[in-house]
Amino acid sequence: MVSEIGSGEYAKLRSPCQQNGTQLMPTLTEQILARASGRKRVVPGEIVVIEPDVTLSHDNSAAIAEIFAQLPHKRVKFPERLAITLDHAVPPPTPKHAQNHAAIREFVRAQGIQRFYEVGRGICHQVLCEEGVVGPGMTLLGADSHSPHYGWLGAFSAGIGRSEVAALWATGQLWLRVPETLRINLRGSLRRGVTSKDLTLAMIGELGADGAAYMAVEFAGEGLANMTADARAALTNMMAEMGAKSACMPPDDITWRWLRDTLARTRPQDCAQRLDYFEANALYPLADAQVAREQTIDLSAVEPMVACPHAVDNSLPLSQVAGRRVDVGFIGTCTNGRLEDLAAAAELVSGRRLRARLLVIPASSLVLRDATEAGYITALLEAGAVIGTPGCGPCMGNHMGVLAPGEVCISSANRNFRGRMGEPTAEIYLANPAVVAASCVVGKLSHPADL
Amino acid sequence: MTNTSHRIWKYGDNINTDVIFPGKYTYTISHDPVQLARHALEDLDPTFAARAQMGDVIVAGRNFGNGSSREQAVTCLKHAGLRAVIAHSFARIYYRNAINNGLLAIECPPLVDCVETGDTLAIDMAAHEIRAGERTFAFAPLPAEVRAILDAGGIIPYLLEQF
Ligand code: SF4
Repeated sequence: MVSEIGSGEYAKLRSPCQQNGTQLMPTLTEQILARASGRKRVVPGEIVVIEPDVTLSHDNSAAIAEIFAQLPHKRVKFPERLAITLDHAVPPPTPKHAQNHAAIREFVRAQGIQRFYEVGRGICHQVLCEEGVVGPGMTLLGADSHSPHYGWLGAFSAGIGRSEVAALWATGQLWLRVPETLRINLRGSLRRGVTSKDLTLAMIGELGADGAAYMAVEFAGEGLANMTADARAALTNMMAEMGAKSACMPPDDITWRWLRDTLARTRPQDCAQRLDYFEANALYPLADAQVAREQTIDLSAVEPMVACPHAVDNSLPLSQVAGRRVDVGFIGTCTNGRLEDLAAAAELVSGRRLRARLLVIPASSLVLRDATEAGYITALLEAGAVIGTPGCGPCMGNHMGVLAPGEVCISSANRNFRGRMGEPTAEIYLANPAVVAASCVVGKLSHPADL
Repeated sequence: MTNTSHRIWKYGDNINTDVIFPGKYTYTISHDPVQLARHALEDLDPTFAARAQMGDVIVAGRNFGNGSSREQAVTCLKHAGLRAVIAHSFARIYYRNAINNGLLAIECPPLVDCVETGDTLAIDMAAHEIRAGERTFAFAPLPAEVRAILDAGGIIPYLLEQF
């Protein structure tokens, strides 16, 4: 089956595990992959076979089922390990999209898939965290490029293609190449008005869209303790835009508190057992773990950033691009559609009228409910914003807010590629949610502090 | 095969999956070869789909195929007739998807700056060499596991062979 050996560059990377004959400690990613592959130890470059705890797919599940149907396996090998969400084009914009959802429901019924999340529940990555499907120390492979997301919980997760998911459904296992690790040490704390999104845009701008190609990113350092759960999720999520295979950080008090509070709401019937399982399963970084590359970032030096059209690594400090015209703003997605993001936007627009249109799509029904109870939705509506059904919305150009030719959008999403929001002549800027909201108030790229 | 000459389409760095196969089609066009080929590289080079010929190759810069995991970004090129994509480097999911769908993906950094659109090259899979004009460029052989999948025509044909 498939491995991840690139034929050129990365065959040159040497395994850092043996130096002068001394055995060095494994990274968090290597610990998780060793356990998942039933080995004592794995080293970068090695090919291992794992049986992931969770295999994720979404609106692409019908297409995967068509590939699966070519195989002789009539039944999914481990139906309890599948998780399927309807989120990418919800509610369905055309009869064809509706038919796609209907085909997925039929597959889910026929195969007895329990972890199936319907239209309106939210975006796969948010929902699987909220529902306690993935937790510390677990492994997930997903037919979605932002699958590194789950590393904020201390899990190993990576994106794969549709054919590989079909193969996983059939056999329950897949080969992976153990990645080299890029450790990023975070020091200090972010200044007010600067978010983890700005940190990622600064990092990607500096290291490039392939700055962590084929690598596992591990966040470390005391700066993590100053970051909320919502901020952490944006951090690992965005590492997909730096080419990373996976991204993770150690679970700590903030992680456990979030899991306790969230699971008590989403699965009150077995919350305690699930948390016990996570605790028994959690793995933590070891001192002296050897990494291929290491970098330290002073969080207090990060400033608000904007990724300019048409690449995420085309990022500049907001101060350099402020004043450019904005037609429409979008706050949502698996990157920045959580409660904290909606709170920042609501705070900014409250008592003001928007000059540019603003579309807000909560990442999940839970986020929508909390934002409603907190009054954020009312504040946004009063300012003139539009609220959409929890899901991906126009993030990938399917529907519900796609752009007109030549329009300029400022978005809290993760990708600004040409045509990403449906129209190749449109321009997409990426920023943190407060910058999106401020820009919609003014009708130009603006810093929240300038209002 | 060795002496077959392939026409080159040359593109730059970070050719992402959204310009290779736009996201707006991902849930309505999945496996139809004609439709897939028709939208290949639509937002990068609108002339490509009409002019691509069987056996052509793409030569591109760094990080080819970054972005989405959508497999159509591979299959649309395959159905447009492409024999291979040769790049300075690939985004990892794209690389997997290419192998899994039987599209030859070769990393060969030194070649990239030496050819232009309209030039031709020949690929020697046995010698792990690409010939372009007077020059020959070596590339690293694929690991055995990967080569087996590619030779089978992708991961699904490969799995079918196991039964
Ligand atoms: S919100 Fe956007 S990036 Fe996230 S899963 Fe949905 S389409 Fe992908």
